[in-house]
Amino acid sequence: MVFLGLLKTNSMGQNVVRYEKFEELQEVYTNGSPDTTYVVNFWATWCRPCVKELPYFESIHAAYKDSAVKVILVSLDFPNTIDSGLVPFVKRKGLKAMVAVLKDGNANRWIDMVDTSWSGALPGTLFVHGKYRRFYEKSYETPEGLKTDLLKAIRNKEL
Amino acid sequence: MKKVLFACVVLALTAFTNHNQHAGGYHVGDVATDFSLKGTDGNMHSLSGIENANGYVVIFTCNHCPYAKAYEDRIIQLQAEFGPKGYPIVAINPNDPSVVEEDSYDNMKKRYSEKGFNFLYLIDEGQTIYPQYGATRTPHVFLLDKNRVVKYIGAIDDNASNADKVKERYLANAINALIAGETPSPASTKAIGCSIKKKK
Repeated sequence: MVFLGLLKTNSMGQNVVRYEKFEELQEVYTNGSPDTTYVVNFWATWCRPCVKELPYFESIHAAYKDSAVKVILVSLDFPNTIDSGLVPFVKRKGLKAMVAVLKDGNANRWIDMVDTSWSGALPGTLFVHGKYRRFYEKSYETPEGLKTDLLKAIRNKEL
Repeated sequence: MKKVLFACVVLALTAFTNHNQHAGGYHVGDVATDFSLKGTDGNMHSLSGIENANGYVVIFTCNHCPYAKAYEDRIIQLQAEFGPKGYPIVAINPNDPSVVEEDSYDNMKKRYSEKGFNFLYLIDEGQTIYPQYGATRTPHVFLLDKNRVVKYIGAIDDNASNADKVKERYLANAINALIAGETPSPASTKAIGCSIKKKK
Protein backbone atom coordinates (compact mmCIF):
# COMPACT_ATOMS: atom_id res chain seq x y z
CA MET A 1 0.00 0.00 0.00
CA VAL A 2 2.80 2.36 0.99
CA PHE A 3 4.67 1.27 -2.11
CA LEU A 4 1.69 2.08 -4.32
CA GLY A 5 1.43 5.47 -2.65
CA LEU A 6 5.06 6.23 -3.45
CA LEU A 7 4.59 5.16 -7.05
CA LYS A 8 1.66 7.46 -7.36
CA THR A 9 3.50 10.55 -6.09
CA ASN A 10 6.52 9.70 -8.21
CA SER A 11 4.47 9.48 -11.34
CA MET A 12 3.20 13.02 -10.63
CA GLY A 13 6.77 14.30 -10.62
CA GLN A 14 8.38 15.57 -7.47
CA ASN A 15 8.01 13.32 -4.46
CA VAL A 16 7.25 14.90 -1.10
CA VAL A 17 9.06 13.09 1.70
CA ARG A 18 6.94 12.86 4.84
CA TYR A 19 8.54 12.93 8.28
CA GLU A 20 6.37 12.12 11.29
CA LYS A 21 9.06 12.97 13.86
CA PHE A 22 11.65 15.72 13.81
CA GLU A 23 14.42 13.21 14.50
CA GLU A 24 13.84 11.59 11.10
CA LEU A 25 14.65 14.89 9.42
CA GLN A 26 17.53 15.64 11.77
CA GLU A 27 19.04 12.27 10.90
CA VAL A 28 19.30 13.32 7.24
CA TYR A 29 21.57 16.30 7.88
CA THR A 30 23.45 15.09 10.97
CA ASN A 31 24.22 11.52 9.90
CA GLY A 32 24.68 12.27 6.22
CA SER A 33 28.02 12.87 4.55
CA PRO A 34 30.29 15.23 6.52
CA ASP A 35 31.51 16.58 3.19
CA THR A 36 28.05 17.66 2.10
CA THR A 37 26.70 21.12 2.88
CA TYR A 38 23.02 20.88 3.80
CA VAL A 39 20.73 23.83 3.22
CA VAL A 40 17.58 23.18 5.23
CA ASN A 41 14.89 25.76 4.59
CA PHE A 42 11.74 25.82 6.75
CA TRP A 43 8.76 27.18 4.83
CA ALA A 44 5.05 26.78 4.07
CA THR A 45 2.93 27.31 0.95
CA TRP A 46 0.89 30.03 2.67
CA CYS A 47 3.97 31.95 3.85
CA ARG A 48 4.50 34.79 1.37
CA PRO A 49 8.14 35.63 2.14
CA CYS A 50 8.87 31.87 1.98
CA VAL A 51 7.28 31.43 -1.44
CA LYS A 52 9.08 34.54 -2.68
CA GLU A 53 12.50 33.13 -1.81
CA LEU A 54 11.83 29.56 -3.08
CA PRO A 55 13.30 30.32 -6.55
CA TYR A 56 16.60 31.30 -4.86
CA PHE A 57 16.79 27.86 -3.25
CA GLU A 58 15.85 26.26 -6.55
CA SER A 59 18.68 28.07 -8.33
CA ILE A 60 21.14 26.99 -5.60
CA HIS A 61 19.93 23.42 -6.10
CA ALA A 62 20.40 23.68 -9.89
CA ALA A 63 23.80 25.35 -9.66
CA TYR A 64 25.23 22.94 -7.10
CA LYS A 65 23.45 19.70 -7.89
CA ASP A 66 26.65 18.01 -9.05
CA SER A 67 28.63 19.20 -6.05
CA ALA A 68 28.24 18.32 -2.41
CA VAL A 69 25.34 20.64 -1.64
CA LYS A 70 21.92 19.31 -0.68
CA VAL A 71 18.90 21.60 -0.49
CA ILE A 72 15.99 20.37 1.64
CA LEU A 73 12.79 22.40 1.57
CA VAL A 74 10.98 21.47 4.78
CA SER A 75 7.32 22.44 4.57
CA LEU A 76 5.37 23.10 7.77
CA ASP A 77 2.01 23.10 6.05
CA PHE A 78 -0.67 21.59 8.27
CA PRO A 79 -0.93 17.78 7.93
CA ASN A 80 -4.51 17.96 6.62
CA THR A 81 -3.46 20.17 3.68
CA ILE A 82 -0.51 18.14 2.38
CA ASP A 83 -2.38 16.30 -0.36
CA SER A 84 -4.77 19.12 -1.17
CA GLY A 85 -2.31 22.01 -0.93
CA LEU A 86 1.37 21.16 -0.71
CA VAL A 87 1.63 18.35 -3.28
CA PRO A 88 -0.20 20.30 -6.05
CA PHE A 89 1.83 23.41 -5.17
CA VAL A 90 5.13 21.55 -5.58
CA LYS A 91 3.96 20.18 -8.91
CA ARG A 92 2.65 23.51 -10.15
CA LYS A 93 5.89 25.32 -9.27
CA GLY A 94 7.91 22.44 -10.72
CA LEU A 95 10.18 22.36 -7.68
CA LYS A 96 13.28 20.25 -8.31
CA ALA A 97 14.99 20.48 -4.92
CA MET A 98 14.03 17.90 -2.30
CA VAL A 99 10.72 18.78 -0.65
CA ALA A 100 9.89 17.29 2.73
CA VAL A 101 6.99 17.87 5.06
CA LEU A 102 7.42 17.75 8.82
CA LYS A 103 4.24 16.52 10.53
CA ASP A 104 5.64 16.67 14.07
CA GLY A 105 2.99 18.91 15.66
CA ASN A 106 4.69 19.66 18.97
CA ALA A 107 7.02 22.34 17.64
CA ASN A 108 8.01 23.48 21.14
CA ARG A 109 9.83 20.17 21.46
CA TRP A 110 11.94 20.45 18.31
CA ILE A 111 12.42 24.17 17.44
CA ASP A 112 15.39 24.38 19.83
CA MET A 113 16.79 21.19 18.29
CA VAL A 114 17.01 23.03 14.96
CA ASP A 115 18.64 26.02 16.66
CA THR A 116 18.13 27.66 20.04
CA SER A 117 18.13 31.13 18.44
CA TRP A 118 15.04 30.33 16.32
CA SER A 119 11.79 31.81 17.64
CA GLY A 120 9.71 29.64 15.32
CA ALA A 121 8.82 32.37 12.81
CA LEU A 122 8.86 31.34 9.15
CA PRO A 123 10.94 31.34 7.06
CA GLY A 124 14.23 30.19 8.54
CA THR A 125 17.24 28.43 7.06
CA LEU A 126 19.80 26.10 8.61
CA PHE A 127 23.22 25.48 7.05
CA VAL A 128 25.08 22.32 8.09
CA HIS A 129 28.59 21.28 7.02
CA GLY A 130 30.14 18.62 9.23
CA LYS A 131 29.75 20.16 12.68
CA TYR A 132 29.24 23.64 11.20
CA ARG A 133 25.79 24.98 12.08
CA ARG A 134 24.33 28.38 11.24
CA PHE A 135 20.67 29.27 11.48
CA TYR A 136 19.16 32.42 10.02
CA GLU A 137 15.68 33.55 11.05
CA LYS A 138 15.06 35.74 8.05
CA SER A 139 13.86 35.77 4.48
CA TYR A 140 16.29 36.39 1.65
CA GLU A 141 15.61 39.53 -0.36
CA THR A 142 18.07 38.53 -3.12
CA PRO A 143 19.59 35.29 -4.50
CA GLU A 144 23.03 36.77 -3.67
CA GLY A 145 22.19 36.93 0.03
CA LEU A 146 21.47 33.20 0.08
CA LYS A 147 24.59 32.44 -1.94
CA THR A 148 26.74 34.40 0.52
CA ASP A 149 25.48 32.32 3.47
CA LEU A 150 25.91 29.11 1.46
CA LEU A 151 29.51 29.92 0.49
CA LYS A 152 30.27 30.66 4.15
CA ALA A 153 29.01 27.19 5.03
CA ILE A 154 30.89 25.52 2.18
CA ARG A 155 34.18 27.20 3.18
CA ASN A 156 33.83 26.68 6.90
CA LYS A 157 33.43 22.99 7.43
CA GLU A 158 33.87 22.12 11.10
CA LEU A 159 34.95 18.70 12.27
CA MET B 1 42.21 53.47 30.29
CA LYS B 2 38.79 55.00 29.83
CA LYS B 3 39.07 54.48 26.09
CA VAL B 4 39.95 50.83 26.55
CA LEU B 5 37.05 50.35 28.89
CA PHE B 6 34.72 52.05 26.44
CA ALA B 7 35.98 49.80 23.63
CA CYS B 8 35.34 46.75 25.80
CA VAL B 9 31.80 47.86 26.54
CA VAL B 10 31.11 48.50 22.86
CA LEU B 11 32.57 45.12 21.95
CA ALA B 12 30.54 43.37 24.61
CA LEU B 13 27.37 45.11 23.46
CA THR B 14 28.03 44.28 19.81
CA ALA B 15 28.74 40.66 20.65
CA PHE B 16 25.52 40.45 22.61
CA THR B 17 23.47 42.00 19.82
CA ASN B 18 24.96 39.72 17.20
CA HIS B 19 24.46 36.68 19.31
CA ASN B 20 20.83 37.23 20.13
CA GLN B 21 18.73 39.00 17.56
CA HIS B 22 15.80 39.27 19.99
CA ALA B 23 17.87 40.84 22.73
CA GLY B 24 15.55 43.86 22.69
CA GLY B 25 12.49 41.84 23.68
CA TYR B 26 11.17 40.99 27.11
CA HIS B 27 12.21 38.00 29.11
CA VAL B 28 10.21 36.45 31.92
CA GLY B 29 10.55 38.77 34.92
CA ASP B 30 10.75 42.02 32.92
CA VAL B 31 8.11 44.72 33.33
CA ALA B 32 6.22 45.15 30.07
CA THR B 33 5.25 48.54 28.74
CA ASP B 34 1.66 49.72 28.67
CA PHE B 35 0.39 51.21 25.42
CA SER B 36 -2.44 53.12 23.87
CA LEU B 37 -3.62 51.41 20.72
CA LYS B 38 -6.71 51.70 18.54
CA GLY B 39 -9.22 48.88 18.81
CA THR B 40 -11.74 47.61 16.29
CA ASP B 41 -14.33 49.67 18.19
CA GLY B 42 -12.53 52.86 17.11
CA ASN B 43 -11.43 53.70 20.68
CA MET B 44 -7.93 53.81 22.12
CA HIS B 45 -7.17 51.10 24.68
CA SER B 46 -4.46 50.61 27.26
CA LEU B 47 -3.83 47.88 29.84
CA SER B 48 -4.30 50.34 32.69
CA GLY B 49 -7.73 51.17 31.32
CA ILE B 50 -8.98 47.60 31.85
CA GLU B 51 -10.95 47.32 35.07
CA ASN B 52 -10.73 44.43 37.55
CA ALA B 53 -7.69 42.89 35.89
CA ASN B 54 -5.50 40.51 37.88
CA GLY B 55 -3.22 40.23 34.86
CA TYR B 56 -3.21 40.57 31.10
CA VAL B 57 -2.94 38.08 28.26
CA VAL B 58 -1.29 40.00 25.43
CA ILE B 59 -1.39 38.03 22.18
CA PHE B 60 0.25 39.31 19.01
CA THR B 61 -1.89 37.85 16.25
CA CYS B 62 -3.41 38.83 12.92
CA ASN B 63 -5.99 38.08 10.26
CA HIS B 64 -3.98 36.49 7.46
CA CYS B 65 -1.69 33.94 9.11
CA PRO B 66 -3.01 30.34 9.03
CA TYR B 67 -1.48 29.70 12.46
CA ALA B 68 -3.30 32.76 13.83
CA LYS B 69 -6.53 31.61 12.15
CA ALA B 70 -6.13 28.13 13.60
CA TYR B 71 -6.14 29.68 17.07
CA GLU B 72 -9.06 32.14 16.70
CA ASP B 73 -11.66 29.82 18.24
CA ARG B 74 -9.28 28.80 21.01
CA ILE B 75 -8.58 32.46 21.87
CA ILE B 76 -12.35 33.09 22.07
CA GLN B 77 -12.59 30.10 24.46
CA LEU B 78 -9.68 31.36 26.55
CA GLN B 79 -11.34 34.77 26.93
CA ALA B 80 -14.60 33.09 27.99
CA GLU B 81 -12.67 30.96 30.48
CA PHE B 82 -10.22 33.48 31.93
CA GLY B 83 -11.72 36.92 31.20
CA PRO B 84 -14.20 36.57 34.09
CA LYS B 85 -11.31 35.49 36.34
CA GLY B 86 -9.53 38.79 35.73
CA TYR B 87 -7.19 37.69 32.95
CA PRO B 88 -8.53 39.46 29.85
CA ILE B 89 -7.10 38.77 26.43
CA VAL B 90 -5.69 41.75 24.56
CA ALA B 91 -4.97 40.84 20.94
CA ILE B 92 -2.62 43.11 18.98
CA ASN B 93 -2.11 42.95 15.22
CA PRO B 94 1.57 43.88 14.68
CA ASN B 95 1.67 43.61 10.87
CA ASP B 96 2.02 46.49 8.47
CA PRO B 97 -1.06 46.57 6.22
CA SER B 98 0.99 47.94 3.31
CA VAL B 99 2.76 44.54 3.29
CA VAL B 100 -0.32 42.40 3.96
CA GLU B 101 -3.60 44.04 2.98
CA GLU B 102 -5.58 41.36 4.82
CA ASP B 103 -4.25 42.76 8.10
CA SER B 104 -5.55 46.30 7.50
CA TYR B 105 -7.59 48.04 10.19
CA ASP B 106 -10.79 47.70 8.12
CA ASN B 107 -10.18 43.98 7.63
CA MET B 108 -9.55 43.62 11.37
CA LYS B 109 -12.95 45.20 12.06
CA LYS B 110 -14.50 42.80 9.55
CA ARG B 111 -12.84 39.74 11.09
CA TYR B 112 -13.78 40.93 14.57
CA SER B 113 -17.49 40.96 13.75
CA GLU B 114 -17.46 37.87 11.49
CA LYS B 115 -15.91 35.73 14.23
CA GLY B 116 -17.66 37.48 17.11
CA PHE B 117 -14.40 38.12 18.98
CA ASN B 118 -15.08 38.58 22.70
CA PHE B 119 -11.73 40.27 23.35
CA LEU B 120 -9.98 43.53 22.47
CA TYR B 121 -8.40 43.47 19.01
CA LEU B 122 -5.95 46.36 18.64
CA ILE B 123 -3.66 47.57 15.86
CA ASP B 124 0.01 48.35 16.48
CA GLU B 125 -0.04 51.44 14.25
CA GLY B 126 3.52 52.52 13.46
CA GLN B 127 4.77 49.15 14.74
CA THR B 128 6.22 50.58 17.95
CA ILE B 129 4.88 48.11 20.53
CA TYR B 130 5.71 44.64 19.18
CA PRO B 131 9.49 45.30 19.00
CA GLN B 132 9.49 46.37 22.66
CA TYR B 133 7.80 43.11 23.63
CA GLY B 134 10.10 41.19 21.31
CA ALA B 135 7.29 39.50 19.42
CA THR B 136 8.63 37.77 16.31
CA ARG B 137 5.66 35.82 15.01
CA THR B 138 1.90 35.47 15.07
CA PRO B 139 0.53 34.17 17.34
CA HIS B 140 2.97 35.09 20.13
CA VAL B 141 1.74 35.28 23.73
CA PHE B 142 2.97 37.44 26.63
CA LEU B 143 1.21 36.74 29.94
CA LEU B 144 1.57 39.61 32.41
CA ASP B 145 0.61 39.85 36.06
CA LYS B 146 -1.26 42.80 37.59
CA ASN B 147 1.97 44.84 37.73
CA ARG B 148 2.74 44.03 34.09
CA VAL B 149 5.57 41.70 35.06
CA VAL B 150 6.05 39.11 32.29
CA LYS B 151 5.23 35.65 33.64
CA TYR B 152 4.99 33.53 30.51
CA ILE B 153 6.08 33.92 26.88
CA GLY B 154 5.31 31.67 23.97
CA ALA B 155 2.70 29.38 22.51
CA ILE B 156 -0.98 28.90 23.33
CA ASP B 157 -0.72 25.11 23.37
CA ASP B 158 1.23 22.23 21.85
CA ASN B 159 -0.82 21.57 18.71
CA ALA B 160 -1.56 24.38 16.29
CA SER B 161 -3.19 22.36 13.55
CA ASN B 162 -5.54 20.24 15.65
CA ALA B 163 -7.27 21.56 18.76
CA ASP B 164 -8.60 18.08 19.56
CA LYS B 165 -5.09 16.67 19.84
CA VAL B 166 -3.75 19.24 22.30
CA LYS B 167 -1.97 17.58 25.20
CA GLU B 168 -0.62 20.65 26.98
CA ARG B 169 -2.49 23.94 27.24
CA TYR B 170 0.63 26.00 27.98
CA LEU B 171 -1.14 29.37 28.27
CA ALA B 172 -4.16 28.11 30.24
CA ASN B 173 -1.83 26.26 32.60
CA ALA B 174 0.28 29.41 33.06
CA ILE B 175 -2.79 31.53 33.88
CA ASN B 176 -4.05 28.89 36.30
CA ALA B 177 -0.63 28.92 37.97
CA LEU B 178 -0.88 32.70 38.46
CA ILE B 179 -4.40 32.33 39.86
CA ALA B 180 -3.05 29.75 42.32
CA GLY B 181 -0.20 32.08 43.28
CA GLU B 182 2.38 29.84 41.64
CA THR B 183 5.09 30.33 39.03
CA PRO B 184 4.14 29.09 35.56
CA SER B 185 6.11 26.11 34.35
CA PRO B 186 7.17 26.06 31.60
CA ALA B 187 7.61 29.84 31.69
CA SER B 188 8.39 29.96 28.00
CA THR B 189 7.66 27.82 24.96
CA LYS B 190 8.14 28.09 21.22
CA ALA B 191 5.85 27.55 18.26
CA ILE B 192 5.91 27.86 14.51
CA GLY B 193 4.24 31.03 13.31
CA CYS B 194 4.21 33.68 10.61
CA SER B 195 6.98 36.24 10.77
CA ILE B 196 5.80 39.74 11.64
CA LYS B 197 5.50 41.81 8.48
CA LYS B 198 7.58 44.97 8.81
CA LYS B 199 6.97 48.11 6.78
CA LYS B 200 9.42 48.20 3.88
